[in-house]
Amino acid sequence: MTAPISGTIVRLGVRSVFGRRRGVLLFILPLVLVGLAVLVRVLVGGDLDAARDTLYGLGLAVIVPLVALLATTGVLAPEIDDGSISYLLAKPISRHTIVVSKLVVAASCVLVFAAVPMLVAGLVLLLDEPQLGTGFALGSLAGGLAYCALFALLSVLTRHAVVIGLIYLLIWEGLLGGLLDGVRWLSVTRWAGAIIGQVTNDSTLVEDLSPVYAVVATAVVIVLGTWLTGRRLRAFNLTGDE
Amino acid sequence: MSTLRLEHVSRWYRNVVAVNDVSMTIGPGVTGLLGPNGAGKSTLIALMSGFLAPSTGTVTLDGEPLWRNEQVYRKIGLVPEREALFEYLTGRQFVVANAELHGLTDPGAAAQASIALVEMSDAQDRVISTYSKGMRQRIKMASSLVHDPAVLLLDEPFNGMDPRQRIHLMELLRTMGAEGRTVLFSSHILEEVEQVARQIEVVVAGRHAASGDFGAIRRLMTDRPNRFVLRTADDRRMASVLLADPSVRGARLRSEGGIELEASDFGRFSEVLPRLAREHGVRLLEVSPTDESLESVFAYLVSP
Repeated sequence: MTAPISGTIVRLGVRSVFGRRRGVLLFILPLVLVGLAVLVRVLVGGDLDAARDTLYGLGLAVIVPLVALLATTGVLAPEIDDGSISYLLAKPISRHTIVVSKLVVAASCVLVFAAVPMLVAGLVLLLDEPQLGTGFALGSLAGGLAYCALFALLSVLTRHAVVIGLIYLLIWEGLLGGLLDGVRWLSVTRWAGAIIGQVTNDSTLVEDLSPVYAVVATAVVIVLGTWLTGRRLRAFNLTGDE
Repeated sequence: MSTLRLEHVSRWYRNVVAVNDVSMTIGPGVTGLLGPNGAGKSTLIALMSGFLAPSTGTVTLDGEPLWRNEQVYRKIGLVPEREALFEYLTGRQFVVANAELHGLTDPGAAAQASIALVEMSDAQDRVISTYSKGMRQRIKMASSLVHDPAVLLLDEPFNGMDPRQRIHLMELLRTMGAEGRTVLFSSHILEEVEQVARQIEVVVAGRHAASGDFGAIRRLMTDRPNRFVLRTADDRRMASVLLADPSVRGARLRSEGGIELEASDFGRFSEVLPRLAREHGVRLLEVSPTDESLESVFAYLVSP
């Protein structure tokens, strides 16, 4: 039985995320969020609706999934793409250890570049209601982790994880989520919204979605996504030149 | 001492057969996996290293299955063909990381020993992205040797190496084999294989075409009918003259001009051809062998 997390893979993962130009985006996205929060605060003032819309519409629906997508694909996709993941796989380590270690890196990115900036943006928008920021930070972390697990699975299933991930966010979470009410039952962002609604005592954020269901669904996606990714990696085909 | 065993292994991708009913046993010493490009060598190495499941048949290392069995990597060192490495690391960091992933007690020392073995100590603190092709190959070797594996699998290791690096790697493989390791490398060049390998396994079009020491393979390849195309001043006359000689098995006039010729006794043919041409006053414009390419040699080897 090997340890559930490999320090070496975590270390390599961190360098893989920030060693590429794409890593810069991870710094830019939270700056955009906090910058816009400052702008809203200056233009609109300390208004609850404006604060909520900014945090939900920009933060939870855009920044959080994008950070999760960039971090998760950054830590998995390039190695799968160029085959260098074979150096990790040709080792006597459990495939689940590899996946969990990589997800630890992605989850840390979500915490640092999405959840913490949400807290900061929340405080900027409404300093006297700190539970708004904490609620959104907590929801971002939960939703972000679910997105990481989802995108990790996507990375081991297809070579076009980034593109498919973006299309999924745009069409399913964005477009259809806005048009069809039923999508809320299968939408990570809306689950996160329901969790935030529960924490901040705001039932209007996502309507008709039980917070218990949201928590369970989020947890299921995190666990199942991680497990399936490891399972899939166990049957990894290294194709040569032919 | 470890033994890789393939028993009636086939592997297909949808309706394309990459490996067709191959049975072979790879024991200690150096074995060369010889075959033209696209013959299924990489597929075989992927099967032998647990990175591909056989569609039918079994692949085992010392009796243990390789597929979905990560513990086999304690015994296996794999040098993949693909160039991609962790570009942002230095050579030393890369090898140390490999040692750590193997769970070695002293990764630093193991890495140093392995790097010294492939003579990369001087360049070990440079970033891999600055390495030449040969240096990449060697650092890949170091990473796969770091846990002192009983089995070493190398996919086209000589590709892109300059002659000096080639000689060095050959020397290294010979040493590994002499130490009792099971070393298997693939190549499409017979000369390359016979310089290093004690045993040669030939694959062509996914099938196991021949097996033996290099002498046996060499004989199979040279004792074959030789084909030539001749262009002469008078093709019809030359063809009829040549056909009368026992060294020639067949001659055909090509519609676009020239003679297609099959010689059964190369030594006699090469001596007879100029003499007959002179005697009959037919000028030889061109004599070119048509089956010197490895592909046709292999095609001959597998023809029923």
